Amino acid sequence: MLRIEGLSLVFHPNTPLQKQVFKDFNLSIPHGQFVTLIGSNGAGKSSLLNAIAGEVHPQAGRLYVGERDISALATHQRAPWIARVFQDPMAGTCEHLSIEENLALAIKRGQKRHLNRALKYEYRQIFCERLASLGLGLENRLQDLMGQLSGGQRQAVSLLMATLQPLDILLLDEHTAALDPKTAAFVLNLTAQIVKQQNLTVLMVTHSMRQALAVGDRTLMLHEGKLVFDVSGEQRKALEVKDLLALFSHNVGEELSDDALLLG
Amino acid sequence: MSTIAFFGAIETGLIFALVAFGVFIAFRVLNFPDLTVDGSFPLGAAVAASLIVAGYHPWWATCIAMGAGFVAGSVTAWLNVRLQILHLLASILTMIALYSINLRIMGRPNIALLGETTVLTPWEALPLPYYLIAPLFLALVVALICWGLIAFMHSETGLAMRAAGANPRMARAQGVNTGYLTILGIGLANALVALAGAFFAQTQGSADVTMGVGVIVVGLAAVIGGEALIATTSLARWVVAVLIGALVYRLAVALALNTDALGLQAQDLNLVTSVLVTLAIVAPRFKKPLSKR
Repeated sequence: MLRIEGLSLVFHPNTPLQKQVFKDFNLSIPHGQFVTLIGSNGAGKSSLLNAIAGEVHPQAGRLYVGERDISALATHQRAPWIARVFQDPMAGTCEHLSIEENLALAIKRGQKRHLNRALKYEYRQIFCERLASLGLGLENRLQDLMGQLSGGQRQAVSLLMATLQPLDILLLDEHTAALDPKTAAFVLNLTAQIVKQQNLTVLMVTHSMRQALAVGDRTLMLHEGKLVFDVSGEQRKALEVKDLLALFSHNVGEELSDDALLLG
Repeated sequence: MSTIAFFGAIETGLIFALVAFGVFIAFRVLNFPDLTVDGSFPLGAAVAASLIVAGYHPWWATCIAMGAGFVAGSVTAWLNVRLQILHLLASILTMIALYSINLRIMGRPNIALLGETTVLTPWEALPLPYYLIAPLFLALVVALICWGLIAFMHSETGLAMRAAGANPRMARAQGVNTGYLTILGIGLANALVALAGAFFAQTQGSADVTMGVGVIVVGLAAVIGGEALIATTSLARWVVAVLIGALVYRLAVALALNTDALGLQAQDLNLVTSVLVTLAIVAPRFKKPLSKR
């Protein structure tokens, strides 16, 4: 589980560009919950993920994974508990390394790396098995460079990489946004399937209200660094995109003007 | 070209292959344009020569020279990683500092090693022509290091280093300490360059504080030239390409200087280098339209 307490994040403090992203922000995600997070551009979705991953360091607030306080740790020190899939298919994998080398990198996430051979027979067995479950035929292309795969294939492998090792929270950063609708649906299905199989705790950022309701069991909306609604359970099941819009204007007192959120 | 000139070119080519390996780790693996090389090459020579003259075993002297190169490289990477100084500038700062340090180490601008025991001395007993001794010895050392480098790049740490250079954000997300690996990698690169400097001083019979000028360009020439000659489809091929690039570069220079019709002399070396590097960078661009990729 993940707990954020009193998070305050300011970009470029004490300069003319100063921007308060979060002020005393709190969020708790219990174990095994699949949370979807929506919000327009600049709402703070990516900043929240970056703060959880350790890429940006907040001015105040504490971050807990389970009972462990990880606030002071750098990104690579948080890797034993936190795994991430990026929006850009190029960002989550190394295009100049082969598929198996990318997976070999991920199978040591959160562990000490020594001078042993990175690729072992046992690892290859695991890689083949996991790649075969994608149904993309990638198990026969272990030695191919990652750069030869399509965006959708790379995102599917990124998901595998993130979930090769045990983890406490999976961060999905609009990981289907850069894909065409058909591939996006495939990757989303795959996500739901892996999350269910491994009973993962997930925080998924998405640009699409429809997607936010289609998967997961709790939906949050972020607006100017604040949660404008937080729906789950029976209430959420009955909701449609137009209800979310009504909820937004009711809670914020203005109409939502970001087309991307509605069309996605 | 005479036989002696040919093997002389092979000898320097092998030494500069070590420089090229270092440049390869910095520029290609870690994406870190590192000019420390111009300082760590004479550093290796200065440390090895000073220690040999002081009576140390030549292998000890050579190993300490490598250690000194490692420290020099780590300082550059540390300036970049911890103090956030631009990598190019950080390496220039170290390079300039090394000029003074090298003078301090030697206590004078150059040290002659004539008549001293070097790593080559035991090999001189072999029943071989004198011009074959150094190339043979260096071929063995370079082959060993080439193998070691390829093996390292396929290890867990080496793979993490390649990821740290290619995609640092992804590497961090996979738990890779990119800062530490940058310091380790640049240290390693300069240890190899210092080793080259130590061998250069011992085969040429002297260490000189100015011997580092342009070494980085020669290293780059080997890397870029090798890549132009051999398709770098795997890491092992890439490392071998760099090695062959270093040899071909030295042979090309020897050929240019030994062809009387060209009228080139030793002082034209840096000009020839620049022209060859330019050609090596530009040549692949002309290759593509023909093969219709």
